[in-house]
Amino acid sequence: MTTELALLLAQDGVATGAIYVLVALGIVLLFLVTRIIFVPFGDLVAYASLSLAALQAGQLPGTIWLVAVLAVLAAVFEAAGLLRAGRLNRLPRALALWLVLPLLPAALALGLAGRDIGDAAQVLLTLALILPIGPLLYRIAFRPIADAPVLVLLIVSVVLHFAISGVALLCFGPDGARPRPLTNAVVDVAGMIFPGQALLILAASLIAGVALYVFFTRSLTGRALRATALNRVGARLVGIRPGVAGVVAFLAAGLLAGLSGILIGPVTTLFYDSGFVLGLKAFVGAIIGGLVSWPGAVLGALFVGQLESFTAFYNSAFKEVVVFAVLVPVLILRSLASPAEDDEEAEEL
Amino acid sequence: MRPIAILGAVVVAFLPLVAGTYGTTLLNYVGMSALVALGLVLLTGVGGLTSFGQAAVVGLGAYATAWLSAQGYSPWLGLLLALALTGGITALLGAATLRLGGHLLPLSTIAWGLALFFLFGNLEMLGQHNGMADIPPVRILGFALLSPAACFYLIWLLLGACLLLCANLLDSRQGRAIRSLRGGTAMAESLGIDTFRVRLVVFVIAGLLAGLSGWLLAHVQRFISPTAFDVSQGIEYLFMAMLGGAGHIMGAVLGAAVVTFARDALQDLLPHVMANSGPVEIIVFSALFILVVQFARGGLIPAVSRLLPARKPAPIADAPPLKRRPPPAPGTPILSVRDAEKRFGGLLAVNRVGFDLAAGEILGLIGPNGAGKSTMFNLITGALPPTGGRITFLGEDITGARARRIAALGMARTFQHVRLRPTMTALENVMLGTHLRTHAGTLRGALRLDRAEEAMARAEALRQLDRVGLAEDAHLQAGNLALGRQRVLEVARALAADPVLIVLDEPAAGLRKLEKDALAALLRQLRAEGMTILLVEHDMDFVMGLVDRIVVMDFGTRLAEGPPAAIRADPAVQEAYLGGVA
Repeated sequence: MTTELALLLAQDGVATGAIYVLVALGIVLLFLVTRIIFVPFGDLVAYASLSLAALQAGQLPGTIWLVAVLAVLAAVFEAAGLLRAGRLNRLPRALALWLVLPLLPAALALGLAGRDIGDAAQVLLTLALILPIGPLLYRIAFRPIADAPVLVLLIVSVVLHFAISGVALLCFGPDGARPRPLTNAVVDVAGMIFPGQALLILAASLIAGVALYVFFTRSLTGRALRATALNRVGARLVGIRPGVAGVVAFLAAGLLAGLSGILIGPVTTLFYDSGFVLGLKAFVGAIIGGLVSWPGAVLGALFVGQLESFTAFYNSAFKEVVVFAVLVPVLILRSLASPAEDDEEAEEL
Repeated sequence: MRPIAILGAVVVAFLPLVAGTYGTTLLNYVGMSALVALGLVLLTGVGGLTSFGQAAVVGLGAYATAWLSAQGYSPWLGLLLALALTGGITALLGAATLRLGGHLLPLSTIAWGLALFFLFGNLEMLGQHNGMADIPPVRILGFALLSPAACFYLIWLLLGACLLLCANLLDSRQGRAIRSLRGGTAMAESLGIDTFRVRLVVFVIAGLLAGLSGWLLAHVQRFISPTAFDVSQGIEYLFMAMLGGAGHIMGAVLGAAVVTFARDALQDLLPHVMANSGPVEIIVFSALFILVVQFARGGLIPAVSRLLPARKPAPIADAPPLKRRPPPAPGTPILSVRDAEKRFGGLLAVNRVGFDLAAGEILGLIGPNGAGKSTMFNLITGALPPTGGRITFLGEDITGARARRIAALGMARTFQHVRLRPTMTALENVMLGTHLRTHAGTLRGALRLDRAEEAMARAEALRQLDRVGLAEDAHLQAGNLALGRQRVLEVARALAADPVLIVLDEPAAGLRKLEKDALAALLRQLRAEGMTILLVEHDMDFVMGLVDRIVVMDFGTRLAEGPPAAIRADPAVQEAYLGGVA
């Protein structure tokens, strides 16, 4: 292999790795605050990309149907909870929060359907459409079992992926779509050509990584969010509301997923089911980085990008096999480095 | 075997006669899925582990036999290869990942599940994405099993055998060890159970069951392709196990039947309602799965078994006693702690503490909150390694030794927060204590060759329950006992290990006055019988009237040592407890 070729592959690897960085950051963010490994994160990325493509093609994005179904379900859950607690006076507020608010962007999209609203507005509308999905899923699927063992949370998370990628197939069909890139600029650095969109992804992933790191290690709110993951009861005792912390984390993660979809979509075509493998590869990166460390997640995801780029060069059919198989030796090393803590479980699964 | 099981087997034997060809084919899928779900019941419901990659293991078994058959070998050789391959690879994966806690283990199963899935789809010798066709049927004495009914008897005979073996296993020494896993590593290891090995055994058993299912699938379907072995199929197997009831063996069969027939009904129904029904099926199943987890985590079996007559516990027959270790002569030194030190970063939790313990005495280790008592306790029992000093037990250096080795030497412990398996009976919990005194392995348990030893262990457990006054509660679930009785049950479990020394971690915490008195009386009785007891306690009144000697700790150091009366009069101790004498 020549140096030139190696550089080319490395450059390609950085571009791919930057994608995984964005997704890995979202996964780490949610894990830190909610103890949930949010497998459907990749699906939200796919939804964002497909929604933007639909808006650009002058179509109504199918995302609004997902949001509508989820909002109705969440409203039913809220109403049932309030009814059981005998606090129906809080119903209007709950409906406003869980039904009306999430549906606003969908209504907007419906109203603007077919009209050309310009690139910037399309991007903003896409973000607004994706934003409510995370908190709604959290409310419906996870909040009722927030105190369950991590194993149960994980099972629900994986199952949820199949549900919402099924919805994606109904909404968007089996074909992939590629939204227009935000920039067509090309940057030439010392003879190496960098597409502008790839640089945007890299910049976004680095900015997001630094921002999250600073927020969670320096700010009081960030520390409070981390505290809820460690001990829900303890957090509640010192005045943090775990439910609110979860919603905030899912909102932030939704924003990250929306951004990722908008940035990634133009580079690699995303299909209705691309999210799973995308999310899991990012997850492999996050685990390599230790799962609870921001710089670790960034480096781990970049490593996965390099690994994929170089194996694809030798044998593209086996790049998935290698990326997922590499997790096993990584886990062996990690388990040697830090033995698992003692975790007693509740009896029911 | 219970009459209901025999009745069930007879009913199943007649099913192909009434189900027709299509129904029998469906039943075949039920049986093959139930094998995989059975492995997941052991893994998830019983052992507290899980695997999302089980479908990939099924694929390993299926591809192994399909490939060997394509070379012209008999399917029976294929069975050997399928089992060897699935057993070997799950043992390897298990060895690599089973030390991981929390999420990492199940997530790693997704990763290797996907790696295997992509491997099947890309290897030329396995037909890539097209899969492999024209797989020969299984032949028995020259008769080819071609019809669904012929396959039915093969599948359900194997399933029945596996159910029986697994039921036997769970009712044996290794089975109890598997069921203890969810009590946390500390509890199991303190009883001498090698948790890593037990996890590995369950993992491999689940792998072998999946491999067997794959072998059947290849020769019954006579065609395989990678799509049947992806993660969504793995989730479906998990759904079967959880829907049926992940804690019960029969939950695997019930879950597999409900899911298979519901899917079939849905596939009939949906095309009439809408054009694009494929995704709807997935969405419906996913939503159902989430609802089951949220509202009925125990699955269907508990609801079904409520309809069946309750099983009367078999009377416990007397049996010859298990071997005992020779008790040390009263007064011989048993435990010696020299300059023990434990540092957590900058915090010195235990600072050069030392004391001795002789056979037949009760020593109390007391001190105010944060004095370092619990850390000292953990150093002695092997839950934490000390950063300095030396601890010897019965002449052996146990400084930094594992809890399991210390338990094997003859030290038994209880926990400050009671650690019992709440859904196992009191008797079974105490039988866990005999783990190190019995030897039956997985195979002997599954084949019921362990009955003599089991009877001895059961009789021993009953003797210990009787000794602590809990004999009447033997068949009650431990979780249904009051806290005071649970603490005493932990003492019985410790006694069942035939220890030289019992170490009790704050046994009086949370007990009412009468319960404390009863516990004190029990400990006095044990001392009279020659037992040595180390008591780490917070409650001065409880300790004072009971122990022979007291060691007082404060701020990680040894403050005083002596008989209760002297300690009571010690001004330094009064200072520590009361903040100075007024």
